[in-house]
Amino acid sequence: MTDDQKTLVENMINSDRVFLMLKGTPEMPRCGFSARVVQILNGMGASYGSFNVFDDYNIMNMIKEYSNWPTTPQLYVDGKLVGGCDIVEELATSGELEKILTPAEKE
Amino acid sequence: MDQILQKLKQAFPGANIKLKNTSSMHVGHNAKGMHLKTKISYSGFKGKSLIEQHRMVQKALETELGNEIHALSIKTTIK
Repeated sequence: MTDDQKTLVENMINSDRVFLMLKGTPEMPRCGFSARVVQILNGMGASYGSFNVFDDYNIMNMIKEYSNWPTTPQLYVDGKLVGGCDIVEELATSGELEKILTPAEKE
Repeated sequence: MDQILQKLKQAFPGANIKLKNTSSMHVGHNAKGMHLKTKISYSGFKGKSLIEQHRMVQKALETELGNEIHALSIKTTIK
């Protein structure tokens, strides 16, 4: 992965505090796992940026390498990978996701 | 399936492993391989984040993922 590619990916996932790489769009997810993450985020009233990996297969491959995570969806918060569908679901159930999604109070 | 289970057993010695083929729940887009679900309870997950635990499972099935496995649902717990 080149530095330019890394910068491209970093700019993308940092364009919003909460960012979702998914198959399809939040309005029309094109994979059950992506749909599940969208459903969870929307259910929490979260606002997030997103990118449809089907729009650019180069980006899809770059993001997998960048994050060392072989699948999409991938949820990022503050530029850091939170996880795929299973982890997001688990964190949502435990209540931890809500904490992660809530910005830390500045002192 | 047996081969995949064997691989997991090798990668996570002493773990309690459940592996289920859930392909029938995804009829319509099975062309690219099986949908599997695994539950692994392993002592070696201790001290590792969820992300790291999942990465260990993905790594164990690296060659199968994207080939005979189309999607893998993972649930890890510390034994």
